[in-house]
Amino acid sequence: MKLEVGYIQIRDIQTADKSSVKDGILYVNTKELEALALEDEHLKAVCFDVARPGESIRITPVKDVIEPRAKVEGPGDVFPGVITKLNTVGSGKTHVLQGAAVVTVGKIVGFQEGIVDMAGIGAEYTPFSATYNLVVDFTPKDGLTAHEYEAAIRKAGLKIAYALGKLGVNVTPDEVKTYEYPSIMEAIKKYPGLPRVGYVQMLQSQGLLHDTYVYGVDMKQSLTTMLSPTEIMDGAILSGNCVSACDKNTTYHHQNNPVIEDLFEEHGKTLNFCAMIITNENVYLADKERSSDWTAKLVDYLDLDGVIISQEGFGNPDTDLIMNCKKIEETDTHTVIITDEYAGRDGTSQSLADADPKADALVTAGNANQVITLPKLDRVIGTLDYTEKIAGGYAGSLEKDGSITVEIQAITGSTNELGFSRLSAR
Amino acid sequence: MSKIKVVHYINQFFAGIGGEEFADHKPEIRDGAVGPGMALTGAFGDKAEIIKTVVCGDSYFNENLADAKKAIIDMVRSANPDIFIAGPAFNAGRYGVACGTICEAVKQELNIPVITGMFVENPGAEMFRDKLYIIATKDSAAGMRDAVPAVAALAIKLVNKEPVGASIEEGYLPNNTRVNFFEKERGSKRAVDMLLKKMAGKPFVTEYPMPDFDRVEPNHAVKDIKSATIAIVTSGGIVPKGNPDRIESSSASKYGEYDITGVNDLTDATYETAHGGYDPVYANADADRVLPVDVMRDFEREGIIGKLHNKFYTTVGNGTSTKSSKQFATEYAQKLKNDNVQAVILTST
Repeated sequence: MKLEVGYIQIRDIQTADKSSVKDGILYVNTKELEALALEDEHLKAVCFDVARPGESIRITPVKDVIEPRAKVEGPGDVFPGVITKLNTVGSGKTHVLQGAAVVTVGKIVGFQEGIVDMAGIGAEYTPFSATYNLVVDFTPKDGLTAHEYEAAIRKAGLKIAYALGKLGVNVTPDEVKTYEYPSIMEAIKKYPGLPRVGYVQMLQSQGLLHDTYVYGVDMKQSLTTMLSPTEIMDGAILSGNCVSACDKNTTYHHQNNPVIEDLFEEHGKTLNFCAMIITNENVYLADKERSSDWTAKLVDYLDLDGVIISQEGFGNPDTDLIMNCKKIEETDTHTVIITDEYAGRDGTSQSLADADPKADALVTAGNANQVITLPKLDRVIGTLDYTEKIAGGYAGSLEKDGSITVEIQAITGSTNELGFSRLSAR
Repeated sequence: MSKIKVVHYINQFFAGIGGEEFADHKPEIRDGAVGPGMALTGAFGDKAEIIKTVVCGDSYFNENLADAKKAIIDMVRSANPDIFIAGPAFNAGRYGVACGTICEAVKQELNIPVITGMFVENPGAEMFRDKLYIIATKDSAAGMRDAVPAVAALAIKLVNKEPVGASIEEGYLPNNTRVNFFEKERGSKRAVDMLLKKMAGKPFVTEYPMPDFDRVEPNHAVKDIKSATIAIVTSGGIVPKGNPDRIESSSASKYGEYDITGVNDLTDATYETAHGGYDPVYANADADRVLPVDVMRDFEREGIIGKLHNKFYTTVGNGTSTKSSKQFATEYAQKLKNDNVQAVILTST
């Protein structure tokens, strides 16, 4: 598979009568987008707002962040099996509105959505303080179940991002990158002297607000499987989760998976990136055993020299992480795992809920229990009503002066376990 | 601003008195900087100065612990410094233990910041790394040049009460307290680099060494279940409706104790979950799914168990550190024992 990704740099988002991309500005007609969103009978109202880097804006509770993309050439289109017709994506050409993002907010489903600050210290902890965000605030119809509400918002966000992505189809990109992912036999012939490396991506699959969809399939119902990393760039993997928003992958994270990017960067130079494996993180022990057995089996079958394993979430999935690591190491394959830590507010607790001596190469995205005070910002998009209830908040989190003291686990993407950011701990 | 006042502790060797044959040298105090103190003075610039240097033989210190400690603390107290620095001791074992011991004593007695420096394999490092800041040094005095700037920089930070960064940034030995900081490279790049090293058989440093995991063996079976009092305890966050004690949805700072005398069934009108780490829909609809009061009442009625304890203990496991969990359990396990509970059913989610 060969995918050419054209990046169109977006330097601002403005509302306008006609939606378009011109000279790096994304113009949006919000009336049209509103009509698109309200096609879903579960949604009562939707309103739009723009948040730019450096503006004194707090966005919460954030559910998902999506990068506008669309296909220019090749089979299928982005978000296959969910927003567009089912087809194998990952080849041809795709255009990206880089620097723009759709951020979905609305009243909470559980306790679980996150905070994105566009300015102040909180901005340093989330990658989405650096994007131009079209924030979409949804109001559901009365009497919806939590599951119906979550699905409606998830799909509406993707629809909006796709509609924006299509505005870039006829725009000349500022930069083009080509990603080639040949068959494993071809890859081995091409780089016979380089170590064969795979990437095992663990996907959150524990239930409401903890789900991940692959070509529209709920990952908890899938066995461990393989796909091309270029398919992921075309939106084959979609986020349905933001529980403890610090270490959950938004759709944007999947679209821009940094492990894939950094493996491609070394591909053909120091290593041969020839296998992409995805596996789930279900709650039942039998599922954990089965999925990790399959992960190790595929790694062994492919005769890889080393793999990177990225986790999503913490606690319960620490078990899946350690099972994957241990079983893969037992096939004589080297592993490096990427995780984050829950070392307590004072940093003195054991960081993981499971451990094994075989997990001797670990990259950490930081201690999610670290407490931070976020200053009052001029404007709130969404609502602060849930600040003390969301994961990372506590009674007294919201001060009278509008500042918030929370654990960084409340900040969207702060300890992302794809290694998206530079935060770490020792 | 006036200069920070430092008292520096060194052994007989670094004071230029002599080697092993002079290790019985009794504590003495001198004005100004001596030996390695000169290098420290250079690193301090105009920010700090060594006002006094305490010199003590390694054998004397370790063989006359109580007397040595008392004498040295009195000397330090009389100098009234802002900070106490010992060593660095590099890989000298008795010197390292002396540096660690006297630092800990000064910290406790005089309540001022303390720093020492050692090679990671110095026995003093293992003894004191969790209690003090120990700057990591090479195994011999050849490492003085690298150690001195790190000691000086951390000393100034500690006196000025500035936030102390992660061990890797400040240069102190990892001390089982995890501190966040921003790396130069993102995590994915670090993972690729680490994997390349690991595959090539080159040395690499994990960012979190695996802890010794605390696994609990199951207890013996209850001998007479028919007359036993059984309690139910959960990390699934079941609380009376409205979460009266406001247990956090993640990273709980407390647990709840609730009376269930006369409660036969948990309903959506009376109980809910405070837990933010799983789909709450089914637990909120029927909290017995997580905390099985209904089934336990059936067992009680049918004589399968003696009785259900009239209190349950609950917290949220989600994002709660193992240290906090252990602390909660230590407390309520004692309460359960005091209430003559024979067995506990622990439910998770």
